[in-house]
Amino acid sequence: MSRFDWLSEWLARCEDEHILIRRGSARTLAPAHLVECDPEDWGRIAAVARDFGCRWVALWGSDEGGEETPALGVQVAFEYGGDHLVVRTRVPRATPVLSSHSPWFAAADRPERHCQDLFGVVFLDHPDARRWTRHGAWGDGDYPLRKDFAAAGQPPAETPPDQDYPFLAARGEGVYEIPVGPVHAGIIEPGHFRFQAVGETILNLEERLGYVHKGIEKIAEGRTPEALARLAGRISGDTTVAHAWAACMALERATRTPVPGRALFLRALAAERERIANHLGDIGAICNDVGFAFAQYQFSRLREDWLRGNQRLCGHRLLMDWVVPGGIARDPDPSALAAMAAELDRLEAELAELYAILDDNPSLEDRLSGTGRLTEATARQLGTLGYVARASGLAFDLRAQAPYPPYDTLEVEVPVLEQGDVLARVRVRREEIRVSLALMRRFLAELPAGEIRQPLAPPVAGVEGLGLVEGWRGEILAHVRLHADGTIDRFFARDPSWLNWPALERIVRNNIVPDFPVCNKSVNGSYSGQDL
Amino acid sequence: MLRLLNRIRRTGIVTEPLATGADAETLETLGIEVRRQIDRRLGGSLAIREVDAGSCNGCELEIHALNNAYYDIERFGIHFVASPRHADALLVTGPLSRHMEAALLRTYAATPDPKLVIACGDCACNGGEFGVSYASRGAVENLIPVDIRIPGCPPSPLNLLKGLLAGLKGSG
Repeated sequence: MSRFDWLSEWLARCEDEHILIRRGSARTLAPAHLVECDPEDWGRIAAVARDFGCRWVALWGSDEGGEETPALGVQVAFEYGGDHLVVRTRVPRATPVLSSHSPWFAAADRPERHCQDLFGVVFLDHPDARRWTRHGAWGDGDYPLRKDFAAAGQPPAETPPDQDYPFLAARGEGVYEIPVGPVHAGIIEPGHFRFQAVGETILNLEERLGYVHKGIEKIAEGRTPEALARLAGRISGDTTVAHAWAACMALERATRTPVPGRALFLRALAAERERIANHLGDIGAICNDVGFAFAQYQFSRLREDWLRGNQRLCGHRLLMDWVVPGGIARDPDPSALAAMAAELDRLEAELAELYAILDDNPSLEDRLSGTGRLTEATARQLGTLGYVARASGLAFDLRAQAPYPPYDTLEVEVPVLEQGDVLARVRVRREEIRVSLALMRRFLAELPAGEIRQPLAPPVAGVEGLGLVEGWRGEILAHVRLHADGTIDRFFARDPSWLNWPALERIVRNNIVPDFPVCNKSVNGSYSGQDL
Repeated sequence: MLRLLNRIRRTGIVTEPLATGADAETLETLGIEVRRQIDRRLGGSLAIREVDAGSCNGCELEIHALNNAYYDIERFGIHFVASPRHADALLVTGPLSRHMEAALLRTYAATPDPKLVIACGDCACNGGEFGVSYASRGAVENLIPVDIRIPGCPPSPLNLLKGLLAGLKGSG
């Protein structure tokens, strides 16, 4: 299959709809394809994309400046057959109005509201135009990501609590509400959950996020590439490798900097280590949420061993700041690399023994099987990603369908299950650990010698790049645009959590309230990654 | 079931033992000292309510690790509680996001006096990678008084314990 062999058909469909595609570039955001359209055609682009069978990937805004008629850019990314297509339009800053994509793609809902809150773009016919990321730190009518808004802003001396958000309400005999958060009972991130329940059964869950909004997109502006990589590595601490890699990939593609093979292999080793570390922690925690403490004890022990391996490899337990623009910060200690093969064998043997015990435990299966089901149709409709999607029959994985180096040198197996319940999500993650271990063995065996870092080539003003990396939660997209001096003009990162949080609302319906924690853990969205 | 019991038997106790090797400040010696401070100052136990006030979740991962079998922090009298009303100390992470300001203030108010506030991680200590902006107030002490600061990005479990000890001694 050749890349983008579908694009001419897609463009023909646009032509049938009298949508004028004004400019195309296969180079600007390569390997993604970039096209531009008029704002009047924006809504119909979504209609064409949906009818064509595209997956909705991301939406982000940009301030395009302009003395006479200042403009805002809005871009949406779609995926089809492993190829990414970015459609861009420009609207006048004075009247930034576009048709919403949400009626066609449910996934566009919150990202459009984020764009509305931070850029002031109005999305017509949006089914739910409530604010999303904005609580009380800035006013209605202030748009932090416009260039005329200073990063310091003009915040009130005391930020008022977010009290008047119009939550969905349920009425009827026996219906009651449970508000939870933002401060939760465990050691977890803050967010608000509003349940409507009858007896123990959850009728509806509404999520309210944005509590850990740290202005990441804004404070990225003006940074050097190195400082951007550090920031990207803290979008979501549990995904530091994949986010830093996506940001660096965007920088490297923007500046057309070739990354040494050794660095790519080491990045992939780090990304697979990150995947395994998180899967180990979560499998234990999921078992613990249904009272099987043995598994928590064992899996947290394995995770700790694994993090100590990370420490030996690069000097950081979570592998932070190892991925840097142009490569890798330090060559690993040779003894740590040499010890890794034995470490993989040991983990595999331990897991085989633990899985046998888990599978031998009918009460565990009874609690996880059938709990928190996400059907394939809903997963597809919501654009769900990663293991959540793969446990519901959707086989997408960038490493297999849109492989980037070094994954383009081998076949990546993508485990898929159909059941869509908590048990399936656990099983998919078990299988993913197995696949990751096999990949790591290949990378270790074929690890090239040589340089570990190539300095970024000097940029031309306005160059941009798109990074796409399969993090442990799923596809991560990062977009970077550079100034002529090499500093950051615009940075956007779409964590997979944007698309998986809405799935949790559907997953818990008709489950019992006490099963919310295990359902939540089986999805494990990042609050920080989505709040930005 | 037999397999499970057998696995438990063979895993044994992995909780890290007393000083071995060159590092004099090993976990257990540290822990014993922490325990002594807690006994002296807090009547035997330290109940901590963790509050993520804007963190990237890296700190949370390492705080979680304190509860794993290697560190087993409860043996030193430290445990994490679900409500600030049960807490002696708040362990606050993150650059303080403005959207968490009211929630942190209310959590602080709900914690009975006398109370300790521990700023966990570079961001909570000085704003870290995020600093002060329209969305972030930076260091936790920009909102509430902080007694103990534990730097690191994120602090490792061992450094968390060291930081606690230094803080308990220092704020005495």
